[in-house]
Amino acid sequence: MTDGRPLVDVEWIVSNVDDIWQRTVDHVVLTVLAVGIGLLISFALALLVRRYRWLAGPVLGITGTLYTIPSLALFALLIPITGIRSILTAEIALVSYTLLILLRNILAGLEGVPPEVREAARGMGFSAWQLLWRVELPIALPVIIAGVRIATVTTIGLVTVTALIGIQSLGSLIVNIGLAQFFFTAVLIGASGAVVLAIAADLGLSALQRLLTPWSRSRATAT
Amino acid sequence: MEFLGEVLAWFTDPVNWSGPDGIPVRVGEHLVLSFVPLLAAAALALPIGLYTGHTGRLAGLAINAANVGRAIPTLGILIIAWILLLRPLVDLGLRREAAEVTAGIAMLALAIPPMVTNTYVGIAGVDRGLVDAARGVGMAPLQVLRGVELPLALPVVLAGMRTAAVQVVATATLGAVVGTGGLGRYVIDGIAQLRYQEMFAGAMLVSLLAIATELAFSWLQRRTVSPGLRGAPEAVIGPSQGPC
Repeated sequence: MTDGRPLVDVEWIVSNVDDIWQRTVDHVVLTVLAVGIGLLISFALALLVRRYRWLAGPVLGITGTLYTIPSLALFALLIPITGIRSILTAEIALVSYTLLILLRNILAGLEGVPPEVREAARGMGFSAWQLLWRVELPIALPVIIAGVRIATVTTIGLVTVTALIGIQSLGSLIVNIGLAQFFFTAVLIGASGAVVLAIAADLGLSALQRLLTPWSRSRATAT
Repeated sequence: MEFLGEVLAWFTDPVNWSGPDGIPVRVGEHLVLSFVPLLAAAALALPIGLYTGHTGRLAGLAINAANVGRAIPTLGILIIAWILLLRPLVDLGLRREAAEVTAGIAMLALAIPPMVTNTYVGIAGVDRGLVDAARGVGMAPLQVLRGVELPLALPVVLAGMRTAAVQVVATATLGAVVGTGGLGRYVIDGIAQLRYQEMFAGAMLVSLLAIATELAFSWLQRRTVSPGLRGAPEAVIGPSQGPC
């Protein structure tokens, strides 16, 4: 089918195993950076929204609109500012996409804390900061991690698209080798690599959540 | 600022408003490219969602569909379909058609999961008391589905269609990578030939189209809330799939 090469060219896989591994590492680094920075920004935004209620509408509106913009378009809108083949272009877009899900889940998690629990903590003399770190966040953690899971899986998929603006990842196998040379094996490795990463991240984060919140029966749901 | 001036110049240049590369033609192509797979996906996904929601059978499948869909990279599906299925069409000289069918397959694969999941969640979430009451007054199963469950579930069902529609508009953009028409052409060709004004203008048009799609479906969603339920808190269904 592909110019005499077998559909799954094991020889190519074996001789390019180092390259495939390197692209996988790149993919993970891009994803971790995006979700990590996204989490920091969302957390700051969530605290702001809780203090100034009127911010909720505009902040969710803006993050929701960002979420709607197709990734290729968002990259293209950033290229004149931050350049092509730029990690910054890729990361600004990737981070923007994590904000809506993370912010929504952080807010939902914090809002799910029963008022009497808050009351009890205040009665025991907790300061606002202690209340947040030692009572509210642990209770909200399952819902927050549910958000992190969705954001991570989504980001892993989006990272592949950054190959179109010249960033190295598993997506480069799909675009630069697979599409450019009409070579199925490279596409298959790139795409299935991304799926495996997504599943591994999802399972890993769900295990992390059970480890961090042994009291909950992992009834977390995404909102 | 200088760059934005060039983008404005691109938009006001009459050349870009006529011919096969013109904005009206590209927008039209983008709409057709998105709309056909979306309708096909709805025709496949809605019956599955209605069936699983109404009977409760295969519920696990319906719930997990969205999660599985999210994990598969769009670009991967697109190019796998391109290489695997359509090389013969390219050999026949039908390059453009091959690209469109490929993009259509990728869009179907992406649009079906959120629609199945939301239809299932919407139907299964209808108050069992209402369904029992409908049965009690003698409604047949299909009447219950049509007269009670579907109207109550419609906003949630439409939320799934909204997610799918926005995603399909995004995927139609990526289709340009394998050679479809549509607004993605401006972006992909602009990047390839370093014509950043064209790339930027195309990205603006695609973004506007995606946002318009989102707004149109939100409006439809609000309109279809049964009058008896207006004012009740809106059913919250998260983005069952991400951007792509």
